[in-house]
Amino acid sequence: MCTMICERAEMEGSAKGRDGWFPLEMANVSYDHPFNAPWEYGLNIDFVNQSQGVGSRVAVELSPQSAKRLAETIMEALKRGEADPQIKVSVL
Amino acid sequence: MYTTEQYEGIIAETITINGTGGDAIHTYLARPMGPGPFPAVILAHHLPGWDELYREFTRKLAHHGYLAISPDLYCREAHGAPEDVAAAVRADGGVSDDQVIGDLDAAAKYIRSLPSSNGKVGIFGTCSGGRHVFLAGCRLDCFDAIVECWGGNVIMSDDQLTDKQPVSPNSYTKDLNAPLLGLFGDLDQSPTPEQVNQHEEELKAAGKDIEFHRYPEAGHGFFYFDRPIYHQSSAVDGWSKMLTFLGKKLA
Repeated sequence: MCTMICERAEMEGSAKGRDGWFPLEMANVSYDHPFNAPWEYGLNIDFVNQSQGVGSRVAVELSPQSAKRLAETIMEALKRGEADPQIKVSVL
Repeated sequence: MYTTEQYEGIIAETITINGTGGDAIHTYLARPMGPGPFPAVILAHHLPGWDELYREFTRKLAHHGYLAISPDLYCREAHGAPEDVAAAVRADGGVSDDQVIGDLDAAAKYIRSLPSSNGKVGIFGTCSGGRHVFLAGCRLDCFDAIVECWGGNVIMSDDQLTDKQPVSPNSYTKDLNAPLLGLFGDLDQSPTPEQVNQHEEELKAAGKDIEFHRYPEAGHGFFYFDRPIYHQSSAVDGWSKMLTFLGKKLA
């Protein structure tokens, strides 16, 4: 709330929280004070399912440099996976 | 000042008060034992929520002879671990300024109504709570002292305004109704030293009773002993200045 910078994206997938796996509903990405990481501001990602309560949350708090590396790494993995004609994403 | 031969005792518990719109909200109340009369301090919690640190701050003020009361400003949003609640509030764009002001007003009315109150009420907040106490000191006429600690977003640009935070708090500077103590770290990024200077200049230009202190080696949240940003000498001096200020203004 100090920066008020928060972007939200709907998610499909699963996350493993304190009580085990739960279906993902949303990713909240903020640039604000982390709760635990040792800097004043960070890139914070909360994978949540609010319909199951605020405790259904998997949190990561990253330095901006780490967040950029993560975003690039995700894009690279996606690029390789989507380029492979043998790989199809489907619900089992 | 406490001396070792003195009796001391405090009572601390969660109670419920009626906040904005009559909503029941949980509130942590810590008070010295005895009939009083005691001055009071309201604590507006910070971004990480209504957490253990703020309960400790509340008890510390009670230990120093204040009726201390800290409302859960996120009470309507959710319940759970304070960090999980705060993360949900953060994702939702925070809580509205109007709602917070109403809750702080309700806390002031409640604490002033206690038979052990001396009728004087101060307010203290850090981070987003620092912003809230400045805003409350301008929009309400019920405080006798304000302690604003590194209030972030007291000065907001137009593109930062939202439906929940529709007005930059410094727009209300001329309406400030009580003496204000401001504590800031020069290494802070929100507020920056430039914003602190602007804030101070605006208050001085409006003829307000203020006392600003800046700590060269401190950043944001230098009172937070549970975090790496804690800065010992600045925190000790800041608490001392705060207790001196409250002692004078709420006697």
